[in-house]
Amino acid sequence: MAAIGAKTRWALIDIVVVVYALVPVLWIVSLSFKTKETLTDGNFVPRSWTLQNYVDIFNTTVFLRALVNSIGIALIATAIAVVLGTMAAYAIARLDFPGKQALVGVSLLIAMFPQVSLVSPLFEMERGLGLFDTWPGLILPYITFALPLAIYTLSAFFREIPWELEKAAKMDGATPAQAFRRVIAPLAAPGVFTTAILVFIFCWNDFLFAISLTSTEASRTVPAALSFFTGSSQFEDPTGTISAAAVVITVPIILFVLFFQRRIVAGLTSGAVKG
Amino acid sequence: MAEIVLDKVTKRYPDGALAVSDVDIQIADGEFIILVGPSGCGKSTTLNMIAGLEDISAGELRIDGERVNERAPKDRDIAMVFQSYALYPHMSVRENMAFPLRLAKVDKATVTRKVEEAARILDLTQHLDRKPGNLSGGQRQRVAMGRAIVRNPKAFLMDEPLSNLDAKLRVQMRTSVSKLQKRLGTTTVYVTHDQTEAMTLGDRVVVMRGGHVQQIGSPQFLYEQPANLFVAGFIGSPSMNFLPATLENSELHTPLGAIPLTDRVRRLAEAANAPREVIIGLRPEHFEDATLLDDNEKSRGGTFNATVDVLESMGSDKFAYFTVEGETATSAELDELAADAGSADLTDGGAQIITRLSAASQATEGAETTIWFDADKLQMFDPSDGRNLTYTE
Ligand SMILES: Nc1ncnc2c1ncn2[C@@H]1O[C@H](COP(=O)(O)OP(=O)(O)OP(=O)(O)O)[C@@H](O)[C@H]1O
Ligand SMILES: [Mg+2]
Repeated sequence: MAAIGAKTRWALIDIVVVVYALVPVLWIVSLSFKTKETLTDGNFVPRSWTLQNYVDIFNTTVFLRALVNSIGIALIATAIAVVLGTMAAYAIARLDFPGKQALVGVSLLIAMFPQVSLVSPLFEMERGLGLFDTWPGLILPYITFALPLAIYTLSAFFREIPWELEKAAKMDGATPAQAFRRVIAPLAAPGVFTTAILVFIFCWNDFLFAISLTSTEASRTVPAALSFFTGSSQFEDPTGTISAAAVVITVPIILFVLFFQRRIVAGLTSGAVKG
Repeated sequence: MAEIVLDKVTKRYPDGALAVSDVDIQIADGEFIILVGPSGCGKSTTLNMIAGLEDISAGELRIDGERVNERAPKDRDIAMVFQSYALYPHMSVRENMAFPLRLAKVDKATVTRKVEEAARILDLTQHLDRKPGNLSGGQRQRVAMGRAIVRNPKAFLMDEPLSNLDAKLRVQMRTSVSKLQKRLGTTTVYVTHDQTEAMTLGDRVVVMRGGHVQQIGSPQFLYEQPANLFVAGFIGSPSMNFLPATLENSELHTPLGAIPLTDRVRRLAEAANAPREVIIGLRPEHFEDATLLDDNEKSRGGTFNATVDVLESMGSDKFAYFTVEGETATSAELDELAADAGSADLTDGGAQIITRLSAASQATEGAETTIWFDADKLQMFDPSDGRNLTYTE
């Protein structure tokens, strides 16, 4: 009896959490399929379905251009942050070097820094340097703020790798490069993928820097572009198209996570050592 | 196949800790040599220096007459079995064992043949395609051995390879390791702090203490002729009994009573220039229940009366524990041994004596018993430096 009681209690809690998290998302999905006339009718399930909103956004260059910017900027920033983060985290997990504590402290400091307070100085600096409204103008701050996240996640993963494996590989005749490539890298991969996903999501979702450091289609990413959406005419309500765009930019994240989920296998290292 | 020579090898860690100092060991081709000693005495460090995983601070390491100090581990052609096994978790058992061969660019057919042969020797054939994570401790241990033997290295290094197994499996694996080494005839250096492993496995045993070699010799020699107090106390289980004694007119005054020196002991003690205050050592098997002996036998030693504190019957023989009134023997070596065994604070009032009596003994717990000991087997040590005064080559 007690077990069933506990089960229903947990089921109820789960439902509440899932509903709380999903209702706004489903609401947006629903809005994106509604026709202009029924947009404001307050129904959760659209009474008349349409794909017009999706057709509309893909017919404007504004959205497509922003999508290209978003993908390009997020991918480049993720790649650079993960490579740098991997090297830093490896050093933090493996080596004792002077200034290690300082490095960890500074990266923590960056993670805690309120980004809003940096927006106006960055704006001025980037205009002075000619970086304003360019891809590097967004990629650089993204790397800066993603690095602490990358370093923390990666060093947690690296600490879990039994380093005796590296010694074993050396004894088995591997050069340091072979030991890294064939033993350490495969074990570190899940950590690297997890970090890459987190960093990518961070860059992909950013609105603050995207809205402040861009001014044209040249580098405006989707979250920023959404706020400039208008209907096909000045006087039309853009809610439907904004919702459609929001759905479209959520899809890559979901795909990304699903695709790499298999690689993020927890406990991959079990069995290496005694255990 | 290789001969390994450590010539005044010293290791000083970057933080200044002197882990190994001036170690000289000559390991013959095909020999099975054991490094034993209490925790932190530098066994692993010595092994890692032979492997090439730690730099040698001073001295020379030669394999087959060639200096190899500067060679990377992969160029030394030595295989190692780690205490944690260090199996590659993302590879199957087959891939784990094939890894050294694949790195050596051996052709596929040979790799398959060698891996399968090793798997057969180690009884792993049906597990070849499983991942290490799904194996039992004993199976993992065998995979680790398999990875070491596939490529016929010049030598095996093993750092406490059995210490993660439970007691029964350890005994079983001990025999297999010994058989395997005999069969392959490969030079092996084996680190352990289990002195049963040390006694049963090795051709020769190296006893280490605080980074120094104390004595090197066959297990039996170390047992019978320990060079000093430390080796005497470390080798043997239950360990040797130590008592303080005063040497006067060819007689030893001990808490067991006065013991006249036998000819053998007197000659050795004189030659060694024994001081007045000494520590005597007697192994548990050199005691016997006096009622079981005839007068002729009894005359070769001394007797004392004491109450049995604890009696453990092993079936084949009985261990009787006594407390002997008087002082206990003290020296730096004995303190260190007691600390290592975790028995530093167990000696309260009087020295404890462990004796091994034959199964026929009628001794009972709490009853006073007359115990005989063999005075000719007695060893005498100098308390100031621990040296064995009755040592003969
Ligand atoms: N990386 C290191 N840096 C500094 N000192 C070290 C390092 N590794 C070991 N030591 C020191 O060197 C000494 C010998 O260590 P070692 O690991 O060789 O001992 P051991 O005989 O293998 O002990 P155990 O039986 O506990 O494994 C110890 O005093 C230890 O503190
Ligand atoms: Mg060790």
